[in-house]
Amino acid sequence: MVSFVTGAYILAALLFILALAGLSKHETARRGNAFGMAGMALAVVATLLLVLDYLTDDLIVDKTPIVIGLVIILVAGTVGAVIGIRLARGVEMTGMPELIAMMHSFVGLAAVLVGYNTFIEVASAHSNVGLESDAVHNAEVFIGVFIGAVTFTGSIVANLKLSARMGSAPIALPGRHLLNLGILVVSAVLLVWFMLTDGWVGMAPLAVMTVLALVLGFHLVAAIGGGDMPVVVSMLNSYSGWAAAAAGFMLGNDLLIITGALVGSSGAILSYIMCKAMNRSFVSVIAGGFGSDGAVSGEARDYGEHREIQADDVADLLAHASSVVITPGYGMAVAQAQYPVAEMTKKLREKGVDVRFGIHPVAGRLPGHMNVLLAEAKVPYDIVLEMDEVNDDFPETDVVLVIGANDTVNPAALEEPGSPIAGMPVLEVWNARDVIVFKRSMATGYAGVQNPLFFKDNAQMLFGDAKDKVNEIVAALG
Amino acid sequence: MRIGIPRESRPGETLVAATAKTASQLAALGYDVVVEQGAGAAADQPDVAFTDAGVRVVAADEVWSSDVVVKVNAPTDDEVGRLRPGATVISLMAPARSPELVERLSAAGVTALAMDAVPRISRAQSMDVLSSMANVAGYRAVIESAHEFGRLFTGQVTAAGKVPPARVFVVGAGVAGLAAIGAAGSLGAIVRAFDVRPEVAEQVESMGAQFVTVEMEQEVSSDGYAKEMTAEQEAATAAMYDEEARAADIVITTALIPGRPAPVLVTAETVAAMRPGSVIVDMAAANGGNVAATVKDERVVTANGVTVLGYTDLAGRLAAQTSQLYGTNVVNLLKLLTPEKDGVLTLDMADVVQRGITVTRSVDGAGGTAEVMWPPPPVQVSAAPADTTKVLPVEAAPSPPPDPRRRLYAAGLGAVVFLALATLAPPSFLPSLTVFVLAVVIGFYVIGNVHHALHTPLMSVTNAISGIIVVGAILQAPIDNLAVQVIAGVAILLASINVFGGFLVTRRMLNMFQKG
Repeated sequence: MVSFVTGAYILAALLFILALAGLSKHETARRGNAFGMAGMALAVVATLLLVLDYLTDDLIVDKTPIVIGLVIILVAGTVGAVIGIRLARGVEMTGMPELIAMMHSFVGLAAVLVGYNTFIEVASAHSNVGLESDAVHNAEVFIGVFIGAVTFTGSIVANLKLSARMGSAPIALPGRHLLNLGILVVSAVLLVWFMLTDGWVGMAPLAVMTVLALVLGFHLVAAIGGGDMPVVVSMLNSYSGWAAAAAGFMLGNDLLIITGALVGSSGAILSYIMCKAMNRSFVSVIAGGFGSDGAVSGEARDYGEHREIQADDVADLLAHASSVVITPGYGMAVAQAQYPVAEMTKKLREKGVDVRFGIHPVAGRLPGHMNVLLAEAKVPYDIVLEMDEVNDDFPETDVVLVIGANDTVNPAALEEPGSPIAGMPVLEVWNARDVIVFKRSMATGYAGVQNPLFFKDNAQMLFGDAKDKVNEIVAALG
Repeated sequence: MRIGIPRESRPGETLVAATAKTASQLAALGYDVVVEQGAGAAADQPDVAFTDAGVRVVAADEVWSSDVVVKVNAPTDDEVGRLRPGATVISLMAPARSPELVERLSAAGVTALAMDAVPRISRAQSMDVLSSMANVAGYRAVIESAHEFGRLFTGQVTAAGKVPPARVFVVGAGVAGLAAIGAAGSLGAIVRAFDVRPEVAEQVESMGAQFVTVEMEQEVSSDGYAKEMTAEQEAATAAMYDEEARAADIVITTALIPGRPAPVLVTAETVAAMRPGSVIVDMAAANGGNVAATVKDERVVTANGVTVLGYTDLAGRLAAQTSQLYGTNVVNLLKLLTPEKDGVLTLDMADVVQRGITVTRSVDGAGGTAEVMWPPPPVQVSAAPADTTKVLPVEAAPSPPPDPRRRLYAAGLGAVVFLALATLAPPSFLPSLTVFVLAVVIGFYVIGNVHHALHTPLMSVTNAISGIIVVGAILQAPIDNLAVQVIAGVAILLASINVFGGFLVTRRMLNMFQKG
């Protein structure tokens, strides 16, 4: 039976790899998801068979705990499935970042619980049978719980921030770097203590570390501002993977290790892509938001005056353009403007205008967030392009619509070496013939930097709610 | 207040200061707008177009008695006399070159605003008539030269032989020069261009032309206009002009220095050495011309068959378009002068744009002479890259790249530490570690290829997959310890939310992605 289960685990691991590989292209993505489901089903069924097999095991005299366990598995699994299905059905695409953050917290908490269970199991075996626990296994438990706890509270804070139930501004405590470092050092000391203990004594270092790790997770994410959320969410994705891998180590389960490592490295790569897109190091993102280190945040300067335009004139401009690029940002998600934007796109394409979308890697609050929103509104994915694909085309573009984006289209990133966002790759929209910026007011973006784009001679501002304004344009297009 | 749009009195003038569209825009600012009969006839703006737009078409007297008179050319003596004392006149005036006009305007007690004195700052660009007219004129210069030129502009390979493309040399890459470069390039010519300001090379190249360089000291413009060169620079550039002009089929010169006669850049000898059939358009003809052979407003053919065009009305040859642009510039100016949109013109001398265009200002209420405001204090142009020298050191001092050897040492040290730990670890630990390390590597390769648009589905699917921790919890559920079983139950519940929620939401998202 054990060999069968191991074989099933190997197959499941392969299916997971195929699942992730499938997601690299639109054409194979759905198949990839199906592979993932199949892998998960295979792994769970094989594990259940293993548990059922205990019932036929003659060495185990008392079968009651196994029966109770099976009931618990079925009940908990069913309840979890129902909740999960409801969450998946009900979520708005704009609420995707919150949901994903929340799911990360579940994995984190599950890892903590599995870690504690392992500890309890080993500790009671020690007090009942006098079994010696081994130091390496202790370390695995400890590290698993640590990562799980950090992921848990970190994800909860991320969820609260993303759903605006907590202010998105970074919370900067004095000496916060020292605080984080202190927690790490104390945890390391506790780890050594825990490795050397046997039985229930280990509860003390484990519990203290858990509290510290929970605080660390909370504080780490609380200190990061809303605009850096793409990095944070992918970082937590990574952590949830490492937590699962750590659980695999403590249980000696290779499937958990492989899967956890896959998820962990996927999150790490996403974080890396996001950091590169902001031209910042991972450490600087984790250590705190823009300008929080006393950097100059754009001195008061006369950029000249901006020009205003009305929706009718924009419609006119669009109808006579031959190529249009739309660069959406988080503002589009906030205003829920993706449906009118999709309709406008459809109308313009019917008129023969070449409409494309340019997506900055950190647009939105989740990697790929804009793509999902546009897909939801039925914008064909092959006209939704990445920054690098579209940046060279701006000089040949007639009109660029900047909807709810600011820092990602800021020429200061390239032109002003002293700017806090200097060096960040941006969408070079100002090279187009006309740029229309949809904005509520002249306020600065997340980085707190004034945007010289608004004062360029070819830029015009369309003030107001993005959704209303796009609707007006759609109406004017007729 | 009433705005009057008179018919231009200059012989051959085709332009009008307002079209039906811009006149109604002026009316929207609260003004009562009147247009003289036949004012727009030569610019495709018949009287009926104005009437249709709700603008009154009236006799000359009513126009000239308006509070504000807007025209294109500077008012003549006669016209100044027809203005009401205290009225405002807006037109092109070239105040720097017309001191007698300034005097007369002052004597007449009128406020005079010169459209051609708008400072060249970003904010005022929407009122800059010189730019809008130069743009049209640059285009027309190419069209005129193409008309005179006995060949195709574009190169072709035909059954009857190969046709070489025309070579166009543009001098001065201001608005007119850039427009000429663009127009000539679109006709298929090979365009080369020169300007004494090296910083415009980028703009020239962006229009598809090649920028001709001369070995000499750099000169950065601080007021947006080119300056006259020093003697040494002149010698080097003269040789270049000669060489380029001889090689070109079409030469278009646009070099102007404000307030001074245009520099002669193409000498008589150079013109004499050009191929027969070549065409020169001298856009600086009004200010004396950049070419020795130029005669203002005339078409001249030299002894060796080179046609030299000295037209000064290039913009006026596209009357409808130029009038529309001029009219829009006027509307933008009046928007600035009518902040309340109440049809009352107010001048704010604290504003650099308004101060810059004011030539004379009538003293409030009095009918006597008007105060002469010309010349205005100089305005620093924001376009000048004054701060590049300050900025450069910041760029020039990047942090030194990390020593590659240090990286190597770090990797080596890491390997040693790892080996030490691995040796200390129990053998049972190592197979798991092997699996872990290999899985991480696979993960990096597999996920590195993921399409950016699928990052969100990727996250939700990895979320679902990380619910694999359910397997661990399931294995703990049958353990003979109620506490463990309950905790395992909670873990199973959480993990299965992830599994089901993650896969389903991924499927939902992926189903939304549709190809166009």
